[in-house]
Amino acid sequence: MDTSFNRPIRVLIAKAGLDGHDRGAKVIATSLRDAGMEVIYTGLRQTPEMIVNTALQEDVDAIGISILSGAHMTVFPKIMQLIKEKQMDDVLVTGGGIIPASDMSALNELGVGKLFAPGTNTKDIATYITGWVQQNRNF
Amino acid sequence: MQIKTTSGIEIKEVYTEPKNLSELPGEFPYTRGIQKDMYRGKMWTMRQYAGFSTAEESNRRYHYLLSQGTTGLSVAFDLPTQIGYDSDDPMSEGEVGKVGVAIDSLQDMELLFDGIDLQKVSTSMTINSTAAILLAMYIAVAKKQGADIKLISGTIQNDILKEYAARGTYIYPPKPSMRLITDIFEYCSKEVPKWNTISISGYHIREAGSTAVQELAFTLANGKAYLKAAIEKGLDINVFAKRLSFFFNCHNNFFEEIAKFRAARRMWANITKELGATDPSAQKLRFHTQTGGSTLTAQQPLNNIIRVTNQALAAVLGGTQSLHTNGYDEALSLPTEAAARIALRTQQIIAFESGAADTVDPLAGSYFVEALTDEVEAAAWQYIEKIDAMGGAVNAIELGYIQEEIAAASYDYQKEVESEERKIVGLNSYGDKEEINPETFRVNDSIRKMQMEKIASLKSSRNNVYLREALNDLERTAKAGENVMPAVLNCVESYATVGEISNLLRKVFGEYSTV
Repeated sequence: MDTSFNRPIRVLIAKAGLDGHDRGAKVIATSLRDAGMEVIYTGLRQTPEMIVNTALQEDVDAIGISILSGAHMTVFPKIMQLIKEKQMDDVLVTGGGIIPASDMSALNELGVGKLFAPGTNTKDIATYITGWVQQNRNF
Repeated sequence: MQIKTTSGIEIKEVYTEPKNLSELPGEFPYTRGIQKDMYRGKMWTMRQYAGFSTAEESNRRYHYLLSQGTTGLSVAFDLPTQIGYDSDDPMSEGEVGKVGVAIDSLQDMELLFDGIDLQKVSTSMTINSTAAILLAMYIAVAKKQGADIKLISGTIQNDILKEYAARGTYIYPPKPSMRLITDIFEYCSKEVPKWNTISISGYHIREAGSTAVQELAFTLANGKAYLKAAIEKGLDINVFAKRLSFFFNCHNNFFEEIAKFRAARRMWANITKELGATDPSAQKLRFHTQTGGSTLTAQQPLNNIIRVTNQALAAVLGGTQSLHTNGYDEALSLPTEAAARIALRTQQIIAFESGAADTVDPLAGSYFVEALTDEVEAAAWQYIEKIDAMGGAVNAIELGYIQEEIAAASYDYQKEVESEERKIVGLNSYGDKEEINPETFRVNDSIRKMQMEKIASLKSSRNNVYLREALNDLERTAKAGENVMPAVLNCVESYATVGEISNLLRKVFGEYSTV
């Protein structure tokens, strides 16, 4: 844990849409916990509204969305819109799954953070979240 | 140096103990295969899982696959169809036609099989909590084609227990779900006797991160739960157990996978026998194999062709009845047509060029393979005993035991990969500086709109009097505990949608939730 933080980073890991592939989400949740973060895992079939509401209630620093069903171009833009409406622009929205590279860049342009492909080292994800939070969140 | 399989079985430097083999293929307990002649009598079915976007688009892919030598169809449905939502349901947004074909009503099913003779082709459908509906639609299309439904053949996955444990497309709680499954067993044994009423699946348990031994153990434990549920309903194991089939994964550890398949047959023969099966067909474990999706890497995707080849060969040496080989680009998207073609060609090369199919159970008697078969079996029995002690698989799933075991194994595996204790070529070793991003397959987002228009026009043209009667009758039979299949068939023939039928059953049965 970085000593510049006076509390653990809080992360919401969410499975969006109808996709039931939760291996990645669970592995990421466990690995972020091992990296010292507080992780809330939503379970399956979360709508964008449910995810953003949970993020707000739990006062998280980052939201990680796992999606392998191809619904990413629907789910991420909706989440970004809700985040703006609720003035949660200081929360990181990141994620991963089966997302083609061109879609990743389109989503980055909407303000979505880094998106991770299958095979990513979980330490890289922890490092990315920590770095982002350090730069963008007030502690 | 200590070397272990993915299941933690220690591998010796050399094996020296011969095994006294008196057992022949086609004889109890079927370790060596369920037929005397195996692939000499009948080549495995080359069954490529496919389906995307609309019924019309998928129908074109099926005609193409059949023209290329595929010998059985395997239908992938989109998630709304699998979870009982119509395309116009708010829950379906972004999901319509994505991981499979969108089916809202019998109309779509008619388009899906247009020009395909259902009495001649065998069709496997990956459908679980809505299996009764999709099977009813298949029967309805076959009837319309003039087929004798006593002769149509195929498989529905219909394995709800692994949905709770690993795959996630459940709708109702376990009890009514098990009842729907046994209703299907009973109905099919009388009306559609050649239909495989369940495909008890280890595939998704493995994809969720289990080891080979866990895949085997949890699948057979689920199988045991289905046997017991059907026996409790009063069904004859010598009748219904003949129509049970299995679906396994095949990952990279070549010999452990072969051992797993051989052990699976032997174990299932003993499990069924213990529960009263005396007919050999009710004791035989028939299985489909798919190569391991989670073993594919997004990095250096062409390497996946080699992985798929090894896995497919292991499945054949393990005696599979049918096989799906993955496309090399599936860590990136659904397979492109080029990738799907190479996947099928891989099977054809193994079948017709490698010689692997020329004799039955070619690895029998290998010191190593026989020892490993015994070890995999022993380790799997340990899990099954533990699950039995919890009261069986349904309880073990409700307690979260199986889910926790899988999650722990998948995390251990991830740590091994990240520490480079386990080498994955192109991923944590032998990386290329330049990544080639192959062309990926895309499903158009306008499909939902097309399906919504179809639903709207259907709803304004169908006979609402028949429809209401059919739905009322289903509600009555569901509540009364009668077999729901005739009523479901009646509903789909009245063009009730998947969502309408599922919502009605949600009202009667309730919904399952993990939270």
